[in-house]
Amino acid sequence: MNSHDDSRDFRQGIADIWPAAVACVPIGLVFGALAATKGLSTLEATLMSVLVFAGGAQFAALEIWATPAPVLLLAFSTLLINARHILMGASLAPKLGKVSLPRKLLSMYFMTDEAWALAERRAMTQPISFKYWIAVALMLPFAWVGSTAIGAGLGALVGDPRRLGADFAFTAIFIALIAAFWKGRSTAVIIAAAAITSAIVYRTIGTPWHVLAGALAGIAAAALDPRADESELVEEPAT
Amino acid sequence: MSVDPTTLAAIIAMAVVTYLTRIAGLALPANMKMSPRVKSAFEAIPPAVLVAVIAPTALATGWRESLAAVVCILAATRLPLLGVVGVGVVTIVLLRLIG
Repeated sequence: MNSHDDSRDFRQGIADIWPAAVACVPIGLVFGALAATKGLSTLEATLMSVLVFAGGAQFAALEIWATPAPVLLLAFSTLLINARHILMGASLAPKLGKVSLPRKLLSMYFMTDEAWALAERRAMTQPISFKYWIAVALMLPFAWVGSTAIGAGLGALVGDPRRLGADFAFTAIFIALIAAFWKGRSTAVIIAAAAITSAIVYRTIGTPWHVLAGALAGIAAAALDPRADESELVEEPAT
Repeated sequence: MSVDPTTLAAIIAMAVVTYLTRIAGLALPANMKMSPRVKSAFEAIPPAVLVAVIAPTALATGWRESLAAVVCILAATRLPLLGVVGVGVVTIVLLRLIG
């Protein structure tokens, strides 16, 4: 394997992730503002964004928030929503190549859907250097934590964040990220299975089960897709 | 500026659980021998996970959100990420204004 120009990888990572970092600011503002309406102090909301650093799980936590906080329920909901990280990490880790275990353990703290999706997309065409991974991983924490603090501080001033459409930014980011993984009809099967299962489970059983159920349905659809054996011949990446 | 002890306990519990999910994947052996089916299952993880997270908003929240999601999908075929977010946010605001 050739050696890479590390500083170029770092700059490329920043160039790839900055739109997602900008886009997550309104989401952080919304999270902070909603947390304030649920009775969390600015410090508590900010602390959650620093320590948990997982938007989907944090929004779900606000949905089931009560005083005093239902610790076990919150932990369980967080586990269900973030169980996808296990699959994400398992998929990404081998692509990070020869990186020391402490560095891997530390950098995985900052793994987000956005950073991970960009790294996976890059891995489709070339190896990922640690510099690239760090660049995409480290931008979002600043945007997320900073905007949470501001949103929580402003709280009531922002009013209903839904009126600004900020709540939909989360969905729009994900749609743009999904588009980057489009590989034709086999992707359509995965998306349909995941979307329908997730929506049905959300309506019948409820959040947070829809994340795990939808993800597993999409993965199962890919494994059962008869095209799986053929695609191997077409998409074998150069290693 | 206060931190309630129970709230702090909840945040720490959430943080520990989340970090464990983030590093658990590292424990799986690298360079596993994978059959084509297992391989395509693994390659399906990114889109499957992302879709599962937003499906309730896109499909089961209301017609405005569903329509805005369709607009985002169309935008995603032409625009970079920030453009898709801009189009999506403007669309949902307009739809909520008229509806």
